[in-house]
Order: sequence, then C-alpha cells, then structure tokens
Amino acid sequence: MIKVLNTETMDLRTSEDIVLVRQAVRRKAIDLGLGLVDQTKVVTASSELARNTVDYGGGGLARIEVVQNDRRSGLRLIFEDKGPGISDIDLALKDGFTSGHGMGLGLGGAKRLSHEFEISSAPGEGTCVSILRWK
Amino acid sequence: MERIPILKMGEFLLVTIQVDMHDRLALTLQDDLTQSIVKHHARGVLIDISALEMVDSFIGRMIGSIAGMARLLDAQTMVVGMQPSVAITLVELGLSLEGIRTALDVEKGMAALQLAVAETRQDLDDQGSQY
Repeated sequence: MIKVLNTETMDLRTSEDIVLVRQAVRRKAIDLGLGLVDQTKVVTASSELARNTVDYGGGGLARIEVVQNDRRSGLRLIFEDKGPGISDIDLALKDGFTSGHGMGLGLGGAKRLSHEFEISSAPGEGTCVSILRWK
Repeated sequence: MERIPILKMGEFLLVTIQVDMHDRLALTLQDDLTQSIVKHHARGVLIDISALEMVDSFIGRMIGSIAGMARLLDAQTMVVGMQPSVAITLVELGLSLEGIRTALDVEKGMAALQLAVAETRQDLDDQGSQY
C-alpha cells in the first residue's frame, strides 16, 4: 500500500514552467534525503516528461508526491495532459522514436531513470505518465 | 531578453552556463555562439557546464548541435566540467554525447583546445609544403 504524505501540483504551459518543475522536484528530492546521483536522475526524468507535456500534450499539470509504503519512502511524479494522446505506446517508448523534433529519448529515458513507470494514454484522451523513485 | 554571455579569449570563445536554462534560452545560445564564431574568426569553443546540475536530452542535443555547427565553421568544441552525477544520468538516459570532446576543467580544456588547433595548423602547413 502506497501512502501519499504530501502533494504539490504545478501548471505546465511554457518552457519556463519546465524549469520550475525540475527545481521543485530537486527541492523535494533533497528534503526526502535522496543522494546526489538519485536527485539528478529524478530531476532529469522530470525534465523529459515535463517537456513532453508542454510540447506534445499542449500543456497540463505536474504533481509531485512524497510517498511511503511499509518499507521505504520515495518521490512520485505524475504528468497529465489533455492533448492528442499516444496511439502506439510501445512505439513511443522506443529510443529514437519521435513525432516531433526531439531525440526520442524522453519517455524511454525517463523510464530507465525511474524505479517504477506507468503510462496511460489513448488518441484524443490525453496522456498520463507516472514515475516513482524510491529512496 | 535574457542571454548567456560569450567571452572572447584570443582565438577561443568561452561560455559558462550558470543558470538552469529553459529551452528558448538554450536555442538563443546556439544562435549567438554560431554568430560569434564567424564574427570573431574563433577556432575553438569552450563550454563550461560545471554549474549545471542537470543535462537532459534537450540540453544534450543543443551541445551536440553547437559542436556540429562549430565544426562546419572550422572551430572545435570542448565541453568541460561535467559533474559526475550528470555523466551517470546522461548515459542512463541514453545520451553519451559521442564525438564531443570533453575535459575535466576549463584549464585542461583550454590546453587541449590549443593543442588541437595547433595540430590542424601543422597539418595544413605540411600539406602546403608538398606543393
């Protein structure tokens, strides 16, 4: 059972918002006591996913949660948009796949940098990506 | 408009990235640097990222583009000062910045850049003497 200890929700519209989200993630990661490498991994993953929300989802929300189960605590990040959605999620997770002008490392990279990764999306119904990094 | 300063040091340009760059600022830097290379006839570009606590795929791509554009304009690029945690994360992300020269700090980077530029000059001289 995962318990949510606290939540912060932020708007994601512009490239400045991406910076604000990764700064907030850095603060939470430090508060949680994550080491420097783990902080950097979760901040980098948040930057990739936040950019996806802005560039492909047409903007949305980022939710930063400090969570806990019976053994440990962690940081869960949820990125939600009401954009066009993804029709082939497996393809979108492949490195090098991009529908835009990026490098296609965003989703797959964020997954590799996290302990847990979930995505739900359908054409016309937006996208929700959630990652979790345990302490 | 917000801009990252570009310093001219002899035939090299030095850029120290000290802020958490948003995407548009990164693109502006890319444009400014290519213009400066031509304006100052620079032979090398040194990018100091020691203050950067994170390099994501966007910034990584920008560094790669700068190196590629600089090469087309006859200048070499050296990225210096990457933090170990950034290097670990970049590789896991899937970005190893292949083909980009790196050094541990500005001093070592400057020395390597001077050597590299001297070598290309030497090559040109050698070719010239054959004819």
